[in-house]
Amino acid sequence: MRTPIRFCLTTLLALALCAPALAETDQEVAARQVALELAGAFANDGFKLRDGHWSGTLAPKEGKLIAVNLYAGNEYWFSAGATEKAKKLSVEVFDETGALVTTEKYNSGTKAAAGFSVINSGEYFIKVQVDEGEPAGVCFVYSYK
Amino acid sequence: MFVRTFTGMIVAVLSGGAVLAAPSTDVPAAPALPADQMTQAVKTDAVTIPTPGELFAALGKPAKPDWASRYRGPIAMNYKTRAQIALNLGGLIADGFIAVEAQDTQQVKNIGGDIVKLAKGLGVSENILARGNSINQFAENDEWSTLQEELEATQNEVKASMQSHRDQDLVILVSLGGWIRGTQVVSGVIVKSYDEKLGQVLRQPKLLEFIRSKIAQISPAMQNDPLVKSVNSQLIAVEQIVSKPFGQNLTLAEVTKLNTSVDKLMQEIQQKAP
Repeated sequence: MRTPIRFCLTTLLALALCAPALAETDQEVAARQVALELAGAFANDGFKLRDGHWSGTLAPKEGKLIAVNLYAGNEYWFSAGATEKAKKLSVEVFDETGALVTTEKYNSGTKAAAGFSVINSGEYFIKVQVDEGEPAGVCFVYSYK
Repeated sequence: MFVRTFTGMIVAVLSGGAVLAAPSTDVPAAPALPADQMTQAVKTDAVTIPTPGELFAALGKPAKPDWASRYRGPIAMNYKTRAQIALNLGGLIADGFIAVEAQDTQQVKNIGGDIVKLAKGLGVSENILARGNSINQFAENDEWSTLQEELEATQNEVKASMQSHRDQDLVILVSLGGWIRGTQVVSGVIVKSYDEKLGQVLRQPKLLEFIRSKIAQISPAMQNDPLVKSVNSQLIAVEQIVSKPFGQNLTLAEVTKLNTSVDKLMQEIQQKAP
């Protein structure tokens, strides 16, 4: 039990330290808590959480593309969290050629995630979108193993 | 594997009886993302550049390297230029990830101490001291997974401190130092146990392109630092080596060439000026 507790403390400490430095809005900080809560579930399965994240405000049907560089042989989960104004959130993955990647998916209101095992190293694009609701703070994080 | 993972996740995420959607699978289609959208994607140092830990994870599964054999000797702690300190700080953090892979408590603690010492040279050590203590504690408790996260958090804290001290030019140099040291280790392992799958790991043209674009944005004074200038010019050749079309792996000859190039870069970065 110690590791998850440590994980949470480390995460909360990082959140507390990073929030002022990055001048995130309250909405974005709240969204990050949601994203970290979701990503924390993967930690129990051996996934390591990246400390870096993207956060911002998205209007309904507005998608944000975030570029990541992934390594063949690794498994990844891409998690997004939003504030309650977002009623439905989605995460999609595209490869370097623009093709949609087949992923396992998770969607539940203000939380969404997509996961897959990488066969080809390279740049990938993660699309985070508020599908339904009002403009909301959104945060994206990812985990790997 | 992902179905099992997903099931575990549902159990973990379920709180208060929330109803979760069932897993679904996308149908691969013809290019779905226009090129102009790809060029507008958000690219940041913190998300777009992978950690050395990610690279080592990709290598660790198929190659099972003897990580301890990849340690290097101690580096200087009194470099004269801020650019050289930043590059070496990134390299040291990559060394920390190697020690974590080796699950070597003492080595992790030694490197944690060196990170703090080197960070002092940049005047960014205040918060890093606490991180150093955390690294020691996690190492003593064999919390290797948490240590990976802590090392990246330490690196990000160094970068945040650099930004608050108007030293943002140094941020990309820390990332670059980590990438070069990580690539030196991984290419060295792959050269000795090459197969096509391993040759795929080091294909990363867009990553190099991004790093070089960030270096192009730093101040002219920093770009003209002799070490930065030399490293940046050598990165052009490195980018060419790793720029294989999507889906193609690097050949053994290319991995060997890459290893030689990054070896040379690393020697230059860690060399103390006379």
